[in-house]
Amino acid sequence: MANDPTHQFLIQKIVPIEIGGIDFSFTNASLFMVATVAAASAFLYFSTTSRGLIPTRSQSVAEMSYEFIASMLREGAGSQGMKFFPMVFSLFMFVLTANMLGMFPYFFTVTSQIIVTFALALFVIGTVLVYGFYKHGLGFLNLFVPHGVPGALLPLVVTIEIISFLSRPISLSVRLFANMLAGHITLKVFAGFVASLGSLGALGIGGAILPLIMTVALTGLEFLVAFLQAYVFAVLTCMYLNDAVHPGGH
Amino acid sequence: MFVTPAHAESTPAGTAEAGHGTEAETHGAPAVGETHTETGVAHDAGHETGVFPPFDQTTFASQLLWLAITFGIFYIVMQKVIVPRIGGILENRHDRIAQDLDEAGRLKSEADAAIETYEKELAAARAKANTIAGTARDAAKAKADADRAAVEAELAQKLAAAEARIGEIKAKAFADVGAIAEETATAIVDQLIGGPAAKADVATAVASASAKQEG
Repeated sequence: MANDPTHQFLIQKIVPIEIGGIDFSFTNASLFMVATVAAASAFLYFSTTSRGLIPTRSQSVAEMSYEFIASMLREGAGSQGMKFFPMVFSLFMFVLTANMLGMFPYFFTVTSQIIVTFALALFVIGTVLVYGFYKHGLGFLNLFVPHGVPGALLPLVVTIEIISFLSRPISLSVRLFANMLAGHITLKVFAGFVASLGSLGALGIGGAILPLIMTVALTGLEFLVAFLQAYVFAVLTCMYLNDAVHPGGH
Repeated sequence: MFVTPAHAESTPAGTAEAGHGTEAETHGAPAVGETHTETGVAHDAGHETGVFPPFDQTTFASQLLWLAITFGIFYIVMQKVIVPRIGGILENRHDRIAQDLDEAGRLKSEADAAIETYEKELAAARAKANTIAGTARDAAKAKADADRAAVEAELAQKLAAAEARIGEIKAKAFADVGAIAEETATAIVDQLIGGPAAKADVATAVASASAKQEG
């Protein structure tokens, strides 16, 4: 049971709530969503209380994340895309904090749930669709008609463009979900080897060194993945928002 | 407007919650009991059926609701508090740096102006010094020239006087030479012939001898 690598993803109810026959319980997943939001907000708030002209270390980190996302969005979607800055910044900080919190042993990883990443991806695509149609009306559909394509190929190209657009929320959500899930399972499996081999006596303890080294190395890798996936999520969000701001601009 | 999906997710849930709030309160005890039994069922079902936890659809509604609530709050906190705050700090610093650069530029142009004035004054002073030195040199030269001319004139005058005197003495000496020669010749002739010689003959002889010598 303790070695079951999927046990860490199990949702457990803390405060059962049921409304209209649907289960809305406050679970360990909800707890870590609250923790993620609280940790990220508290860090960004308290690191900037002094509003120093010369930043302290933590203020510098907060400013760096701000400027990191600001330059990413400006490059990805231009200065018109900057109105989406709070959204991209929230998404990045939420995913990054959730991923990083998930690296603590016994902590629940919010982003290892497909429904969470899918909801975040739908939020992005929904924003692109709503803003795109609001701003450009039917001109937003130019997104699916690239310039300079010969008329005969146009139906094919448009079909491909539409399929690619529709697959975006899936690829965006599955990428984050699968990375977090696979990383945590691998980590758990190798750590499980250490525990089970260690219980086999002297020879087993000697043999457990290899998976232990793997576990340490994978932990480092997982921290990289945790950051990288938050970064990738934010970059793709910027790219998709660019379509909403400048449809047919590619 | 770009929060619409999040709001759209949270609004029906919010209204549902508000609508059922009183209901849940009125018969809270049985509801809790019910959910307890359900928890057990869900738990057992989760293990018995072996559904992979992330794909367990019974948890989706709860996760969506809590994600909408937490992320919605997070979004609002970011938009209303954090982003203006950090943006303000960065803008403030940017303004301050720009201001300092302007100030530095102003001070530099002031320094440049000061250097220019200094150099202008230096050039003027140098030119003035040159004219003063030039006039002094010219004056000194003129004075030296005048002095030298005076000295030369004096020397020439003295030289002329000396030459005149030498000439005078020479002429007198030459005049004396004739008389001495005549006397000597008369005396020599006296001794040789034992009688006085004619004075006119001696004078002619001396004159012809001295003419021969000179020629």
